[in-house]
Amino acid sequence: MAAVRERLHGWGRTAATAAEVRELAAAELPEAVRTAGPRGALARGLGRSYGDAAQNSGGTVLRLHGPVGDAAAGPVDPVAGCVTVAAGTSLGDLLVAIVPQGWFVQVLPGTRHVTVGGAIASDIHGKNHHVEGSIGNHVLSMRLLLADGSVEDIAPDRRPELFWATIGGMGLTGVVLDATLRLLPIETSRMAVDTDRLPDLDAVFAAMTEGDDRYRYSVAWIDLLAKGAHLGRSVLTRGDHARLEQLPPGSGDPLAYRSRQLVAVPPIVPTPGLLNHATIAAFNELWFRKAPRHREGELVGTGTFFCPLDLVGHWNRLYGRQGMLQYQFVVPFGQEATMRRVIERLVASGTASFLAVLKRFGVANLAPLSFPSPGWTLALDIPAGSHGLGEMLHELDQVVLDAGGRHYFAKDAHTTPAAIRRGYPRLDEWRAVRDGVDPGRVWQSDLARRLDLLERSSEM
Amino acid sequence: MDNALGQPQTIVLLGGTSDIGLAIVRELLSPATRAIVLACRDTSKGERAAGELRSDSVVVEVVPFDAADPSSHAALVEGIGGRYGDIDVVILAAGLLGNADVTTVDVAAATELATVNFTGSVSVTVAAANLLRAQGHGAIVILSSVAGERVRAANPVYGGTKAGLDGFAQGLGDLVAADGVHVLVVRPGFVRSAMTAGLKPAPLSTTPEHVARLTVKGLRAGRRTVWAPGALRYVFSALRHVPAPIWRRLPLG
Ligand SMILES: Cc1cc2nc3c(=O)[nH]c(=O)nc-3n(C[C@H](O)[C@H](O)[C@H](O)COP(=O)(O)OP(=O)(O)OC[C@H]3O[C@@H](n4cnc5c(N)ncnc54)[C@H](O)[C@@H]3O)c2cc1C
Ligand SMILES: NC(=O)c1ccc[n+]([C@@H]2O[C@H](COP(=O)([O-])OP(=O)(O)OC[C@H]3O[C@@H](n4cnc5c(N)ncnc54)[C@H](OP(=O)(O)O)[C@@H]3O)[C@@H](O)[C@H]2O)c1
Repeated sequence: MAAVRERLHGWGRTAATAAEVRELAAAELPEAVRTAGPRGALARGLGRSYGDAAQNSGGTVLRLHGPVGDAAAGPVDPVAGCVTVAAGTSLGDLLVAIVPQGWFVQVLPGTRHVTVGGAIASDIHGKNHHVEGSIGNHVLSMRLLLADGSVEDIAPDRRPELFWATIGGMGLTGVVLDATLRLLPIETSRMAVDTDRLPDLDAVFAAMTEGDDRYRYSVAWIDLLAKGAHLGRSVLTRGDHARLEQLPPGSGDPLAYRSRQLVAVPPIVPTPGLLNHATIAAFNELWFRKAPRHREGELVGTGTFFCPLDLVGHWNRLYGRQGMLQYQFVVPFGQEATMRRVIERLVASGTASFLAVLKRFGVANLAPLSFPSPGWTLALDIPAGSHGLGEMLHELDQVVLDAGGRHYFAKDAHTTPAAIRRGYPRLDEWRAVRDGVDPGRVWQSDLARRLDLLERSSEM
Repeated sequence: MDNALGQPQTIVLLGGTSDIGLAIVRELLSPATRAIVLACRDTSKGERAAGELRSDSVVVEVVPFDAADPSSHAALVEGIGGRYGDIDVVILAAGLLGNADVTTVDVAAATELATVNFTGSVSVTVAAANLLRAQGHGAIVILSSVAGERVRAANPVYGGTKAGLDGFAQGLGDLVAADGVHVLVVRPGFVRSAMTAGLKPAPLSTTPEHVARLTVKGLRAGRRTVWAPGALRYVFSALRHVPAPIWRRLPLG
């Protein structure tokens, strides 16, 4: 198929750039990589990273969504509890295939519309990071297309440096063709959820520190419009996959599963978007009031629990022409005061935001560019046109870095090379492995250009 | 690369000593800024401007640039690209106002003005567009003028060059959009700058800083044209349709 130049942006709909987009069968990829021009090539999944991670301006972009050639997912190996999946398969499609057989993915982000390749390249985390870590911990092996067109079989014990450089490597080590993932056995497709409405930030820290380890999944939704004594008021939802005996009798097939979308936002939304302080404040207030003070064992579908936003297709369009960005960072445990400072600053700025998501991360894995590390992570969406946003984010970046924290590549759309050097002290180690398999710099991205990911510090 | 806030990392100012151009550069400065190139015909004047922009995190280079020498433009732009990598914003602010009493009768003076404002402006813009199109992103800001919107007897050579440049820039903008390149045409009215020093300000006169604020807002909003001040858009949409006999007699200075 002929290459077409297309303008691409991330989920935040900011900083669009043009690239030659190619949709090829797996067998055609090596040739496309060998013939890539001076601005190189990059894999793209479903474009759910918020910023420029899946863009390669002026170069080639290999769009991988959709099973390339082979069936999306092979059969589940019931003994080993694993499945081999083409990298362009979305986690949503994988769930449709495996949930009825009694399996679930080990890591599911806030949307199921991400590809397996994109999930690995960002080393994504879910609400269970404090228990099971990020997706890299559950990749048993993968096949990686290298810059010279060869395909390498890598695993934690086969070329481990390359394996871990690819986990969280933002597509800059090669194209993941397929991966074998460890799965989680489940008895039902329902979630059993406990909900707590918490009046302020101290209550949130206390409840999560004390109780999270009893739950596989935990997440707090913070109302960033609440001020003063209510600062940090949250709804904490925690739970696990419901066991068979938790379902009421006569509830039908315990593993019945379908993915839903209720509505979609049309492509054209009046500038400056429909989300403003008034509409968001009204939403947050309603949402907080409707949550129970405390409720145990509520049964809900996995979609409602993991990906509530997926019910509205293309909700990112609500932010209008200027788009939005997501700010996500992690600070170590013990830095609760820093987290409070950041939240206070965000609240004081009046930057309209729906709920912010607060989670606790457990131990980090071996990947040098993996984002999660033990501590608190906060994520929130902000309209990109907000007044004074650049100054505020720059100030918050310094606060986060001074506290030993860092920012998430999959979400980043504003930070600087200096902030990345501070947040990711193992960057040079990753670069050495990367350069070893791609000395000619075939793999490039707008994210890499903006954040200087490919330059060695010694060269600067 | 621009970030999500429309903050560029690398900025090139063609006409590196221009009051309006430098005001736009200052308005674009942010923690994301890494390099600024001031391309000037008078490099020692450029160095003074560079000193005010330089900091620990921002490299500022002054390079010689003569708008009246189109044959040098491709190499100039490629050289900058070679040293700094991707260029995020190119601002074309080089221009001459000329003395209408001279340019309307003196062939050499008219030619110089037309070469700087049109021929040389087109050639350096084409060179910049080549680079930006190849990299698949970037913005070009063209300093046009309301004088090109309807050319007046008071300064036909200047107005004519701006009319030509403005039309060229709009068409180019439509052409290169598919390559990820954004062309913004800025149409200021009377701006109190070095160019107009000693002249009597026209109605709705403004400052380089005000033009810069509107320009950067327009860049971030993805606009194709910006008028400065904004009210001039409406003034000129009326003036454009004034019958010629009346137009000739309007007291526009
Ligand atoms: C509503 C929403 C909620 C989210 N919630 C979470 C969350 O809870 N936790 C979390 O961790 N993330 C979350 N994310 C971010 C998302 O999980 C990541 O950005 C993920 O990488 C997106 O996958 P994608 O297929 O869309 O990849 P893209 O955005 O298309 O690409 C992302 C990166 O992966 C690379 N890539 C893609 N495919 C391949 C491949 N086959 N081989 C090599 N590299 C490849 C690209 O080059 C790029 O660098 C969320 C995003 C949204 C929109
Ligand atoms: N001021 C206004 O009222 C007004 C209104 C509408 C549009 N504009 C346009 O805005 C732009 C910037 O003007 P300004 O107001 O900032 O005036 P300015 O300060 O005089 O800037 C004009 C710039 O052009 C440079 N220049 C002239 N000839 C050149 C050549 N041959 N090669 C390279 N550079 C050359 C000048 O360099 P030197 O410093 O060496 O002279 C100066 O840097 C111009 O295009 C102008 O036409 C101005």
